[in-house]
Amino acid sequence: MAGLEHRATYPVAPEDEILASRNARYGMVLFVTYLLFYGSFVVISAFWPEVMAYDALFGVNLAVTYGFSLIAAAMILALVYAWLCREK
Amino acid sequence: MIHTPSTLSVVVFALFVASTLGLSFYFAAKTKSAAGYFAAGGQIHWFVNGVAFAGDYLSAASFLGICGLVAFYGYDGFLYSIGYLAGWVVALFVVAEPLKRLGKYTFADALNSKFQSRGITLSAGISTLVVSIFYLIPQMVGAGALIKPLLGFSHEAGVVMVGVIVVLIVATAGMVSTTYVQFIKGSLLVVFSGILTGLILFRGLSVDDSPESLQPQTILTQKDGTKIVNGNPLGRGVGISELRPVGHIRKLPDGRRTTGPLSPASYLATLQRSEIVTWKKEVTQTESGELVRYIPQVTPGEKLLRPGNSPTFKGLQTNSLLARLDFISLMLALFGGTASLPHILIRYYTVKNQSAARLSTVVGIAVIGCFYVLTLFLGLGAMTSGTLDLTDSNMAAPLLAKSFNETLFAVISAIAFTTVLGTVSGLIVASSGAVVHDLMTSVMRIEMSDHSKVRVGKIAAVLVGIVAIILGILFKGMNASFLVGWAFSVAASANLPSLMMLLFWKQTTKQGITAAIFVGMLSSLTWILLSAETFEKVYKFSAAQAAEFSWVPFSQPGLITIPLGFLTLVAVSLATQTSQVSKQESLVGL
Repeated sequence: MAGLEHRATYPVAPEDEILASRNARYGMVLFVTYLLFYGSFVVISAFWPEVMAYDALFGVNLAVTYGFSLIAAAMILALVYAWLCREK
Repeated sequence: MIHTPSTLSVVVFALFVASTLGLSFYFAAKTKSAAGYFAAGGQIHWFVNGVAFAGDYLSAASFLGICGLVAFYGYDGFLYSIGYLAGWVVALFVVAEPLKRLGKYTFADALNSKFQSRGITLSAGISTLVVSIFYLIPQMVGAGALIKPLLGFSHEAGVVMVGVIVVLIVATAGMVSTTYVQFIKGSLLVVFSGILTGLILFRGLSVDDSPESLQPQTILTQKDGTKIVNGNPLGRGVGISELRPVGHIRKLPDGRRTTGPLSPASYLATLQRSEIVTWKKEVTQTESGELVRYIPQVTPGEKLLRPGNSPTFKGLQTNSLLARLDFISLMLALFGGTASLPHILIRYYTVKNQSAARLSTVVGIAVIGCFYVLTLFLGLGAMTSGTLDLTDSNMAAPLLAKSFNETLFAVISAIAFTTVLGTVSGLIVASSGAVVHDLMTSVMRIEMSDHSKVRVGKIAAVLVGIVAIILGILFKGMNASFLVGWAFSVAASANLPSLMMLLFWKQTTKQGITAAIFVGMLSSLTWILLSAETFEKVYKFSAAQAAEFSWVPFSQPGLITIPLGFLTLVAVSLATQTSQVSKQESLVGL
């Protein structure tokens, strides 16, 4: 029954060690960038919730705008990561 | 509320579910071996795999749970959308590639690749089982919420129906969530949610200021079990009554009665400046039985569109430090939870190379992100549609769809239902795998032939299925996304410290990992079971009693238990360094 055997082997392409380290560094930089963006959202919402009520874009408040921006940022950073990690 | 099925809905639903199951069995029959399964995966285009990612990940919690939370409480439901998606950043940028380099694809395998330890296998196996069961509960609850408006069955009957179908599938044919089926489900979920959002924006917003929309409602459950709703016995007809559907706008900006079609930004901006009728629930024990009162409150839209309107986070608006810590705790658990789920990363590896894997994750994140943007509109649409069932927030999205069109309702319910079937099957398979491989074979060293392993696996699947059914009935009425938040807290507390430290700290020892998993899991579970939320929603105490009896200062454990897991790992690893060094010395003959 497929799925019970979670130790099955997967197709693996060999990977260059130098490239792998480089990609890991990119990943860490992008992760920290997102963490700061997400962390600021959490801290502002927790300690200054009234700020989240301010109008931001197109009549929509900061809470909703920031929330949508976090979602967009995840998508954009993922694209940036894929582009940075491409084999040159 | 009483829900009556329509023949069209039932037929469309049955056809949809049957064809999805048929496709699953067809592909499962074609891929006889695990190797065959993954060989097929290696040929799949990154775009298809990416959408399949989304189909795999988006469960009842996302579609039913988040929409329900937004419909009842506004922005606080959207916090789950933000947190769930943010978790993918951790998974993609930090965990996925180092894990793949270890040559292993599940949490338990990765830990054991370095240490070969029974202690790790035991703790990781139990952790997989516990997290899987916590994840199962909201799926079963969601299934009950889907079946009720569609077929008119009770919640209990719906849960039993799903449980029996899934156990039959898993124990007999073994449904494989193949990439193709998940691609179809992922696409349909997002496309139909998009259609529903378009309909919401096209319908716009309208005022309902009838006196009835501001009348409190009551359900008295008498000692003999019969229900008195709004003063009359439950039912439809003369002299009997049912709960009225709710969700109305009291006032629009500039005194308008209706807005007509709106753009997404105008919809949100208009709601911000409107007044909406929301509902507060109070439960009291009286001489005649349990009395539930639903009290309408006119709430400004600006309050609903920022954090702090749900019972969980209302303290944010009152400068309560504990409420702030509770909030930070949840957002931390959601952030760390995705990468910590036992089998979430498997699909990352079913493509042929790193570049395809990254591209498919980008597509997956994009699809999931788009869907989560839609959840805010779906929830707000349900909040203002006049279709909400006060007893169950999980029904908000299906009932909203029903208010537009029966066929749309049937199709969306079918998509959500097959998503539940897929997630529940996967979780039951993961749990029974943990029982057979980790607990019985590796830890208890019970020798079994391959044939026996499969047989025992099926028995374990049935048992887990029964547990899932019982829990799905016990947790009726609890929001699915809220329950998944708990699963994320346990996963992040139990698994994240071990995963991160294994990948990035060379001094991690097997004792450190075993201790960290047990401490993280037990502390987060204990915290949850002793929290005010659990006392109120699960043990059924009143809010005041729950606040008095709870043992912990706030309900979300992550802020305490995730760091506790890290500290435990570091402390125990440092304390067991000598034994590691001695072993290495003896291995090289020193």
